[in-house]
Amino acid sequence: MEQIVVDPDRCTGCRSCELGCAVRHSKAKTLLGAISESPLPRKRLFVETFGGRTGPVICRHCADAPCVKSCISGCLYHDERGFVRRRKERCIGCWSCVAACPFGVITPDPVLGLAVKCDRCHKSAMPACVEACPTGALTLADLDAVAAAARRQVLAAEAGQKKGA
Amino acid sequence: MAATTDATIQAMLDRAAGEGIDLAWDRYQKQLPQCGFGELGLCCRHCLQGPCRIDPFGQGPALGVCGADRDTMAARGLGRAVAAGTAAHGGHAKHMAHTLLAAAQGKAPDYPIRDEAKLRRVAARLGIATEGREAAAVAAEVARAALAEFSEKETPLAWAAGTVTPGRVATFARHGVVPCGIDSTVSEMMHRTTYGVDADPVNLLLGAVKCALADYAACHLATDLADILFGTPSPVATRANLGVLKASAVNIALHGHNPLLSDLVAQVAGDPALVAQAQAAGAADGINVVGICCTGNEIMVRHGIPLATSSVSQETALVTGAVDALVVDYQCVMPSLASVADCFHTRVITTMPMAKLPRALHLELTEGEARATAFRIVGEAIAAFRQRNPARVQIPDGSVAAVAGFSAEAIVGALALLDQDDPLKPLVDNIAAGNIYGVCLFAGCNTVKVPQDANYTRMIEILAGHNVLILATGCASGAFARHGFMSPAATDRYAGDGLKAVLTAVGQAAGLGGPLPLVLHMGSCVDNSRAADVAVAVANRLGVDLDRLPLVASAPEPVTEKAVAIGTWAMAAGIPTHLGVAPPVLGSPAVTRVLTATVKDLFGGWLLVEPDPEKAAQALLAVLAERRQGLGLSA
Ligand code: SF4
Ligand code: SF4
Ligand code: SF4
Ligand code: SF4
Repeated sequence: MEQIVVDPDRCTGCRSCELGCAVRHSKAKTLLGAISESPLPRKRLFVETFGGRTGPVICRHCADAPCVKSCISGCLYHDERGFVRRRKERCIGCWSCVAACPFGVITPDPVLGLAVKCDRCHKSAMPACVEACPTGALTLADLDAVAAAARRQVLAAEAGQKKGA
Repeated sequence: MAATTDATIQAMLDRAAGEGIDLAWDRYQKQLPQCGFGELGLCCRHCLQGPCRIDPFGQGPALGVCGADRDTMAARGLGRAVAAGTAAHGGHAKHMAHTLLAAAQGKAPDYPIRDEAKLRRVAARLGIATEGREAAAVAAEVARAALAEFSEKETPLAWAAGTVTPGRVATFARHGVVPCGIDSTVSEMMHRTTYGVDADPVNLLLGAVKCALADYAACHLATDLADILFGTPSPVATRANLGVLKASAVNIALHGHNPLLSDLVAQVAGDPALVAQAQAAGAADGINVVGICCTGNEIMVRHGIPLATSSVSQETALVTGAVDALVVDYQCVMPSLASVADCFHTRVITTMPMAKLPRALHLELTEGEARATAFRIVGEAIAAFRQRNPARVQIPDGSVAAVAGFSAEAIVGALALLDQDDPLKPLVDNIAAGNIYGVCLFAGCNTVKVPQDANYTRMIEILAGHNVLILATGCASGAFARHGFMSPAATDRYAGDGLKAVLTAVGQAAGLGGPLPLVLHMGSCVDNSRAADVAVAVANRLGVDLDRLPLVASAPEPVTEKAVAIGTWAMAAGIPTHLGVAPPVLGSPAVTRVLTATVKDLFGGWLLVEPDPEKAAQALLAVLAERRQGLGLSA
């Protein structure tokens, strides 16, 4: 299964991912067109900085999703690919999901009165944020491969320690 | 998206791709996606509290740390671009002025006064006495007047106020945009855009206009002095595109903008001793000098030196493997040239103390030893030719004919053949009769963001077909020349009936035995001043100001800050100006509105941003129709 993987060490804080996300969720689908739309399109991921660390914070599309559980109207659901999505017409603007998400990546749209969240760009092969990121801080990767790479890192780190010792 | 529409360049792109040589288009792909904040003009690095960005979608910050909003940022950014463009044209013009002074003082024997008549005309315009005076004395005074233009004077720039219509001078004064010094205006723009100075977007944009008018003065000054030192262009037949390189000759490509060195290389390349040396090295056809970019234009319009290629495709000249020396001065010289040259035997030679490339050979141009430097450069080219690997040479076939060299003087001269007493009358009458529907000046560059030349070639087909007279400068002329639009044959093929009749009548009178070319090549980008001269003469002849003429301008594939400066002064001159690529200001609705609409009420010209060449041509035709109606002419 492919997931958006974040490597905060590579993030320069340029916010291109935020722009890309907003443009993908515009009518025009172009930057120049999107900036003059009304209402303006909204981004679904957030570049934050804290304690000297900068990186994008993005929906994890949790398997056991607190937002889905908190949603009493049946708006939020898991689609067939496991992406946590909205049935827009069912959102009643109670903002329970906003409070429930441990990552803080659902935001209320004050104009439309809807909860706004990452839809994993389900209509396209490549999420807009990943496409926009110039440094590789956001990548689309196979989760098993990510785990395998992490396991090899463990070995590499141990080998390094032995050498150092 | 195709990279280019020039088949000779495409052949070299294919070769480069096959050999793994990265060119501008490849580097552009690696840059994608480009930063949206920068594209919109919504980032600022003018102080160390930044960089600051403004969220165009309104969820993030609306103000920089200092409180600058999107309008301030975009206007400041544009102002700095204009200042940089003005600094470039100003630097070029200043080099010409120093050389003219040295020439007048007998310190630059390689730079004789070649066009004394022009010297005297320029002097007369400046109010400098010419009667019974030696050329050297007049030249010294003109050069001093030129140098005085750079710092702050108590009077308006002579090369701006003295070369436009009285109506423009009044308009500029009314809006407080009269420049009194070229460098001082650049400096003022840097001052007002630094931390905590000018934050009012409209005031900043007026400042940008003032700076752009200093750019206009610098361009005009550079053109005038180049003509005095090297001669005023007149029509000359030559050829264009990469096919002008010769396998059997030592190929020297001259690239950049300033004619100070390139003209001398063009002059010495025919020296019998050098030619014999080249032949001894095995180059049966001796020495072949070709041009690239505006240096190419300068020597094309004066000496008929063929044009190999232009701006965005400059690297492809090297990919032929046939260029022995690439000699550059400054501006639009890609830093990548030295690394592309590494794939071949080509020697890259820099010549200006302020413009060096890592790993290039530097042979500095000095006024006192210019000719000697030119000889050394040719010698280096011959030495490089000996190292050329003939198996690596791939020159695309099919160079095309081009007629270039239409200075304002040459155009008026050609018209005078129809009416000696009132040379502008045939032009004015034909505009009135609708044989010439209007005039479009094409200027600017080529960019990786547009398939090279595609906008130029599509727009000219439409406009010329509607009887619009086409003028061109800079890499716009390169585009037309390389595609064969600068020929009498193109007039027969593309011009509407009215335009064809006029170009044919003038061409016949000039003894060309056929029409003038479809595009009148006026020179390099500083030579946009030549187009301004023609427009001013026509306006004065009609007794109307520039903002009423059926005259438009277009930079359909712009790149440089110099193009931004030129576009800004064209707009202020009252000329509706099309841009095929938007400058980075669209993140500010206020700045966008001022440049595309409000400015029309102030100066009569405005910017028309339209990436689609069909729509752009139609929009320009609509503007011309409106202008014609305004003059009581048929639309
Ligand atoms: S919005 Fe938050 S809780 Fe819901 S799936 Fe995404 S990360 Fe999990
Ligand atoms: S996957 Fe799509 S919707 Fe989600 S944050 Fe990225 S760009 Fe936005
Ligand atoms: S685009 Fe990439 S580098 Fe830029 S802020 Fe987003 S995650 Fe960081
Ligand atoms: S000048 Fe203002 S907007 Fe620009 S970087 Fe400094 S604080 Fe930010």
